[in-house]
Amino acid sequence: MEKGYIVSSSPHILGRNSTSKIMRDVLIALIPAAAAGIYYFGSRAAIVIAVTVLSCVLSEYLTEKILKRPNTVSDLSAVVTGVLLALNLPPSIPFWIAAVGGAAAIIIVKQIFGGIGQNFMNPALAARVMLILSWPVAMTRWTDPVTDAVSAATPLAIIKKGAEAAADAAKPEYMDLLLGNVAGCIGETSVIALLAGAVYLLARKVISFEIPLTYIFTVAILTWILGGDVPFSGDFIYHILAGGLFIGAFFMATDYTTSPVTFKGRIIMGVGCGLLTSVIRLYTGYPEGVSFSILIMNITVPLIDRYTVPVVFGGVKKRARAD
Amino acid sequence: MPFRLRSKTFRGGTRVPHRKNTSGCATIKTDLPVKVIIPMLQHIGAPCVPVVAKGDAVKVGQVIGNSEKYVSSPVHSSVSGTVSAVTPLLYAGGGEIMSVEITTDGKQEIHESIKPPQVTDRKSFVGAVAASGLVGLGGAGFPTHVKLSPPPGMNIDTLIINGAECEPYITSDFREMVENAAGITEGIGILLEMMQYERVIIGIEDNKPEAINIISNEIIKNEILRTKTAGGSRISVVPLKSRYPQGAEKMLIYALTGRKVPSGKLPADVGTLVMNVNSVSFIAAYMKTGMPLIRKRVTVDGSAVARPGNYDVLIGTPLSDVFAASGGFKTEPAKILMGGPMMGIAQYSLQTSVLKHTNALLAFDVKEATLPAEIACIRCGKCVYACPVGLLPIYINLHVLKKNTDEIAKYKANDCIECGCCSYVCPAKRRLVQSIRLGKAILKNSQNKAKAGK
Repeated sequence: MEKGYIVSSSPHILGRNSTSKIMRDVLIALIPAAAAGIYYFGSRAAIVIAVTVLSCVLSEYLTEKILKRPNTVSDLSAVVTGVLLALNLPPSIPFWIAAVGGAAAIIIVKQIFGGIGQNFMNPALAARVMLILSWPVAMTRWTDPVTDAVSAATPLAIIKKGAEAAADAAKPEYMDLLLGNVAGCIGETSVIALLAGAVYLLARKVISFEIPLTYIFTVAILTWILGGDVPFSGDFIYHILAGGLFIGAFFMATDYTTSPVTFKGRIIMGVGCGLLTSVIRLYTGYPEGVSFSILIMNITVPLIDRYTVPVVFGGVKKRARAD
Repeated sequence: MPFRLRSKTFRGGTRVPHRKNTSGCATIKTDLPVKVIIPMLQHIGAPCVPVVAKGDAVKVGQVIGNSEKYVSSPVHSSVSGTVSAVTPLLYAGGGEIMSVEITTDGKQEIHESIKPPQVTDRKSFVGAVAASGLVGLGGAGFPTHVKLSPPPGMNIDTLIINGAECEPYITSDFREMVENAAGITEGIGILLEMMQYERVIIGIEDNKPEAINIISNEIIKNEILRTKTAGGSRISVVPLKSRYPQGAEKMLIYALTGRKVPSGKLPADVGTLVMNVNSVSFIAAYMKTGMPLIRKRVTVDGSAVARPGNYDVLIGTPLSDVFAASGGFKTEPAKILMGGPMMGIAQYSLQTSVLKHTNALLAFDVKEATLPAEIACIRCGKCVYACPVGLLPIYINLHVLKKNTDEIAKYKANDCIECGCCSYVCPAKRRLVQSIRLGKAILKNSQNKAKAGK
């Protein structure tokens, strides 16, 4: 009597990567930024992170239970969304607003559209924008890391042309921007901590360089050309070190579900994000444009994918339609 | 003379575990089996028709199956004995194929017609190769004589010898290079003599430095090659970056020559011909003895195998006999593969037999055979970066699951070489290649329906 063998279609071995391993790597990469946030803004920042993570995980668990879907909390993606959201909130944010943000990110942006892999916008960023629009005051009360005063101005607000409120605040030095000794969201201020995490993600091949590099490079070029009083005199180093550009370029714009799958597509996304961020920063009423630019580019991703289908190996570039 | 360049490679692909546990295992000849089962289809092309009947006595090397069609290859008996059945039997690829079952008499008497072929020019050479039953021994099984005769107008200037062996576990090509380098170089010499190629490139993955050295040295020693290269032909041994699927024809040609085989076309369209090291050394042996293709070196490995190694088996030997020769199973096997783990075919019975183009038999235990379940696609794009052919497996998979025929065709599912790289790298363990195969079937069905409708 022949024993039953497993008969399946090739391949018969699979790599060791997995969704939860990737999420775990992202969490590890965020530890330096979270630690820097807690160091500069105190234990309150730690509680905000805990609140958003709890809110995201609970929302995912309950939504999946109610919608009778399999429980996916163990893939850690809700935890990642929670941490990323917290790092994009001001440290003085009321805890209940942070919790609402977490729930909005998971329930509205992710689960209602089909769960992991189906969201059309970055959940953490979309939630952040929802909070900005709903509670603009609470979302723009910045804490000074040195004095703990809750009325500081962010580095970008200080250089914003036409903003009188911040005109007399001292412009931070590059070293302050690099280390994080400035006012801002919990995780966006310390460029060096974010860089450490980014290097880890690149080394672990969780993210690739196309989006972050083109994004930051585009912002640098455009703010250099257009950001100063005369062309080609912009303080581009200040621009790339200030605001949420680093966390946006390396951790938010690179979110798999909401970025293109092809090399060309990713370059387009990076350039598009960079263009929009520069325009919003330089020519609109907002001092910072990272969240909006990434969300706008997220929406264009299906279109980008459709138009950057690579030529098949040995195929011809489509010119003539008559075959 | 042979010169070496830096390791060459192609775009895409993935690193796979090498698991070349048997690379140090010298080839062991297996005993005569009690019976052999020889299917009439051991190649790409038209199946043969049996030319023997039940009860006939056959001898080693005798033709037992033939076909009038051009793209085909004769099948020979690997044993002497009596034909015990001519009937459709279970085939390694699933389904049933007409096969000839022969009960061996143990004597291994050689058929009278076996003698070195008379070869005077290219035409008689190709005819001899056709009669030898040689098919692509790298695993594809394409009749070699058809490869050697490209359509008029197509000129082949480069012969590529495939020593890549990129699949995990398999070491049968490696052992051929180590044990029979002289035969390989002899075969190259014969091909150069008869076919007058301008150059020969031997591609070997850089995880086999021993083979690279041995082949390079052998080429320097070979007299015929020395005169050939003095007369203008060029031979080189090129180390290739060990990356799967480096041994795939299109990737190999691209890495070694920079030429891209157009979608849907053959290597001959870019002036190249690819042959496996075993195919080349077989030609040398055949020219000397006239014995057709009746033996094959098979790597036996896997977590359930007691004594992994390389075994020289007669074609038609039942799989159960081959595993017995390798010491049997040390644990209950849960999966049996003919071929490597990336593209091999899972078997559901050990009563099928070794074919001309079998180069490995693997037996996995339960742990190795059990694959993680599929979860939701996260659109990471790793499949896109891993595809050596430049496809978007993520989208083909999504459209196949929804049966969108037009979209499946638009994303070029038919260009997939089914290498398995996409499924391998997917973190969500999506069954990408499997769904692309389904997509190809969906396209074929709809084409047939359209033709029938006309």
